[in-house]
Amino acid sequence: MRRRSLTLAGWNVRLAVGVPPGHDLDFCSPGGAVLTPKPRGPLSEFVFAVLRADLDSDRATPWPAAEGHADAAITLWTLYELHYRGFDDVDDGLEWHPALLGPRHELEGDLERRLRDRFPGHQILGGFGQDFFAFVADHDGLSLAAHVQRDADRDQVLELLRVRSIYHLKEADPTAWVVPRLPVATKAALVELLYDEYGVGDPNRLHAHLWAQGMTACGLRCDYGAYIDEVPAEVLEQNNAMSLFGLHRRLRGAALGHLAAFEATSSMPSRRMAQGLERLGLPREIVDYYTEHVAADAVHEQLAVRTICGSLLEAEPGLADDVYFGAFTCLDLENRVAGRMLARWGVLDSDEGAVA
Amino acid sequence: MTEPKAFDHADVVLCPGGPMLLRGDHLVEDADGVTHRTERPVSAICRCRKSASAPWCDGTHKLLPQKQRP
Repeated sequence: MRRRSLTLAGWNVRLAVGVPPGHDLDFCSPGGAVLTPKPRGPLSEFVFAVLRADLDSDRATPWPAAEGHADAAITLWTLYELHYRGFDDVDDGLEWHPALLGPRHELEGDLERRLRDRFPGHQILGGFGQDFFAFVADHDGLSLAAHVQRDADRDQVLELLRVRSIYHLKEADPTAWVVPRLPVATKAALVELLYDEYGVGDPNRLHAHLWAQGMTACGLRCDYGAYIDEVPAEVLEQNNAMSLFGLHRRLRGAALGHLAAFEATSSMPSRRMAQGLERLGLPREIVDYYTEHVAADAVHEQLAVRTICGSLLEAEPGLADDVYFGAFTCLDLENRVAGRMLARWGVLDSDEGAVA
Repeated sequence: MTEPKAFDHADVVLCPGGPMLLRGDHLVEDADGVTHRTERPVSAICRCRKSASAPWCDGTHKLLPQKQRP
């Protein structure tokens, strides 16, 4: 990789030119390098330019302000990706660069404040399991799966698969960050669930891999973040919320509450998705992905609610609010993603799902 | 200093209003006498008798009125 030096908005930087050799392409990357996304405003434009360079100084100038949620969200998403699989045009050494962590902290603070402002709180009525399932039933919103099952056309479904790919290609990964931060019983319970998500030792059964095979069978790209430039801001926020919860020990309750709400709203929608995909004659591989989730998530919702969150709250009862905050965030963001997509397809009159 | 405590860890869990969780490898015989091999570390066996994936749970119990749930 060649480098050249220049000064970028007060940073002394050495630009890396070209893609570093020897990058790991095992994860379904048919030749395409994974590159930083397209900027969505002045902040992301500035930060991506910084990322593609090689910082050799921590002399920071103020970052430009974000212009709108999409600009902030794509910036935060990209900074978070440095902790997952990174980009071929970003030096791996930047993952923990202090000049990036400071401004990232501000973006995270903004996101968490906005998510908390939307949380209506929760009530304690009976046992945790019963209360939690009732909370999820009360706050479950618009259903993309119901639309796919009955009415969606092929183009809409393929667009939805591209949108869903941002998460499904790293399915369960944000929750895996939480493992070392948990009390004994909760740690055992979470790993029991993750073991299933990660294929019980068989890479062919790893859920993210099943997804990648489904994408390929549909003629779609399955490399990491391939469709990031076309997803709406709500999808970026949905993914950012999971990374935010997963990467901060302080938010472990929210991470597990999010997981529990996600699992508790997956089994029946997965059946609807599978039926819709079959109705449209989409390939067996992508139908199988959803069929697998009917059975898997009927188990996982019980584990996530009762053994994972239940044991967490036995050990750390003070985390109850955060568990519900995480659950609400999951349901609320999915509702907003669904609103955005249904509005885009003309199914909803107004753009109910837009990020406020 | 506290002693590390021992945990009650059940192999079979009856979920209130929901399925029966079964840990480990088992052969499950359904109501028609057909056997099914478990396929995952923990399996959920339908108890509401409404599952479309019997003998496995598919979450359908949540659509039933509270009184009709197992």
